[in-house]
Amino acid sequence: MTTFDLNGKTVSVQSPDDAALLWVIRDELGLTGTKFGCGIGFCGACTVHVEGRATRSCITPVAAVSGAKVTTIEGLDPTDNHPLQTAWLELQVPQCGYCQPGQIMQAATLLKDFPNPTDQDINAVMAGSLCRCMTYIRIRKAIKLAAARMRGDTSHA
Amino acid sequence: MIRRISIAILVTACLMVAGLLLLAWRPSIAPIEPPSRSTFSAELVAKGEALSAVGHCAACHTQPGGQQFAGGYRINTPFGAIFGTNITPDPKTGIGVWSLEAFTRAMREGVARDGSHLMPAFPYYAFTKLSDDDVKGLYAYLMTRPAVNSTVPANTLPFPLNIRAFQEGWKILFFRSARYQADRSKSAEWNRGAYLAEGPADCTGCHTPRNALGAEETRHAYAGAVIEGWIAPALTDANPSAVPWTQEELFAYLRTGVTSLHGATGATMTPVIRGALALPVVPDSDIRAIALYFSGIDRASARANDVDATTRAAVASSYVSSDQAENDPDASLYTSACMSCHYNAGPTPLASRPELALNSSLMLAEPTNFIQVVLNGVTNTETMNNTQGAPGLVMPQYSSLTDGEIAGLAAYLRRTRAKCPPWNDLEKKVTAIRRESMASR
Repeated sequence: MTTFDLNGKTVSVQSPDDAALLWVIRDELGLTGTKFGCGIGFCGACTVHVEGRATRSCITPVAAVSGAKVTTIEGLDPTDNHPLQTAWLELQVPQCGYCQPGQIMQAATLLKDFPNPTDQDINAVMAGSLCRCMTYIRIRKAIKLAAARMRGDTSHA
Repeated sequence: MIRRISIAILVTACLMVAGLLLLAWRPSIAPIEPPSRSTFSAELVAKGEALSAVGHCAACHTQPGGQQFAGGYRINTPFGAIFGTNITPDPKTGIGVWSLEAFTRAMREGVARDGSHLMPAFPYYAFTKLSDDDVKGLYAYLMTRPAVNSTVPANTLPFPLNIRAFQEGWKILFFRSARYQADRSKSAEWNRGAYLAEGPADCTGCHTPRNALGAEETRHAYAGAVIEGWIAPALTDANPSAVPWTQEELFAYLRTGVTSLHGATGATMTPVIRGALALPVVPDSDIRAIALYFSGIDRASARANDVDATTRAAVASSYVSSDQAENDPDASLYTSACMSCHYNAGPTPLASRPELALNSSLMLAEPTNFIQVVLNGVTNTETMNNTQGAPGLVMPQYSSLTDGEIAGLAAYLRRTRAKCPPWNDLEKKVTAIRRESMASR
């Protein structure tokens, strides 16, 4: 049995120690915003935050997060109004939408580490987040828009 | 003629064994009533608490998930499994009936209250350096812990290693009981650091290689060693890190478990740095003293040139564009699986983005530590063997990569980041470590 903090609430799960965090979140805890894409940590659809840092939940055993803070897309912002989320909506980023929760979670860590990201920073940190519908151009724009707003720079508003 | 010589040899051998057993004999020290807590001053207990923390006694004397100091922690030695004993003041299963004299003899000479010899997995050869006051403090601290009735599993040492009296032979060869001698030519802070490091902390216990009989090779002090399937790096100037370990870097590492210029803790070093009863309760001044001591052993100041340039170059190497990755499957793997977390932009890396070009694991003579981390990931708490890392840093398990892929990645990073000569037999080593990891689950 593993106990951890999920989106601000303490949860205890019955899944075995080596069960992937992704399935624990989706199946045992019922939060389906986090998606399965490849199961080997190469597409980013499963990205959640562990202790505030983007992590691939499909290859993280649930025992690895014992006692840690885990945040999913549902918990990124209490009213779903994180600057990334509003930017995503304004710029109509998603096409099919499947990869987008993972993209947003990854971008949140990007902006924490690089509040004024260059194109190279975005290329590097988002490299593991794949989008089959090729919305990359809109993703990049939305990241820059959200970054500007988080910096209080209203010239992009 | 041959018969006579054989008999002579046999008799001599028997006499030698008998002689050794005679030499090995130690008197049993009479049991006492467990001392009441009020006999120890709060000051003395606090002194003992601080020493127990720097000596991370709880790490070896507590089973994962078990009660503090109640023993049961399994140490896998090349000779068999040895279990840490119960050192709570329980009269039956702990040290409750041990007098101060018995405790002192155990710490200084490796002999239990009943006169039996203790295995050198218990580093009495380091604790022998403790001052009288410090031993009294530790006694006061341990005797005022909650008593826990808990019997520890028997050691699994084969004959004749399980005959404790034979430890006398080991002691004759390798052990001298002696207190710490201050070096008058060095500062008080340095001496404090040396005393703590060589005495209670026993850093040499993991960081000095051992001979076939399990004794430290003192001529190669701090040259590094293999511990439980991981490499404890050299602490001398043979340490291959790109950036030298200055007092500041060592202090940050021992205090927090991670530095941006070296990387994060792992394996059996993590309980030393993060254990609730270990370094976290040791005052800054003592950790600074230990850091000063090792910055001398590392000769850090002599090598602290051009750290800025090294760091800048390291950070620059963390970015690989899709063009650069196009025809290189190892580079491509790095961009897909690793870069999003390990990328840094200048001038210095973020501690939460472990910079691979500065990371010790890529610069050691063997790829062991690198392979371990890739296969097992890094966890928040100690759940599987030796996977706990620095606070707030969790890395997923890349065990889904094949042995060949991990070997390719290792070779690529070794060549392009560490810029060191290639490792040998990488794929075989990945296979072996993977098998070991699975077996120990």
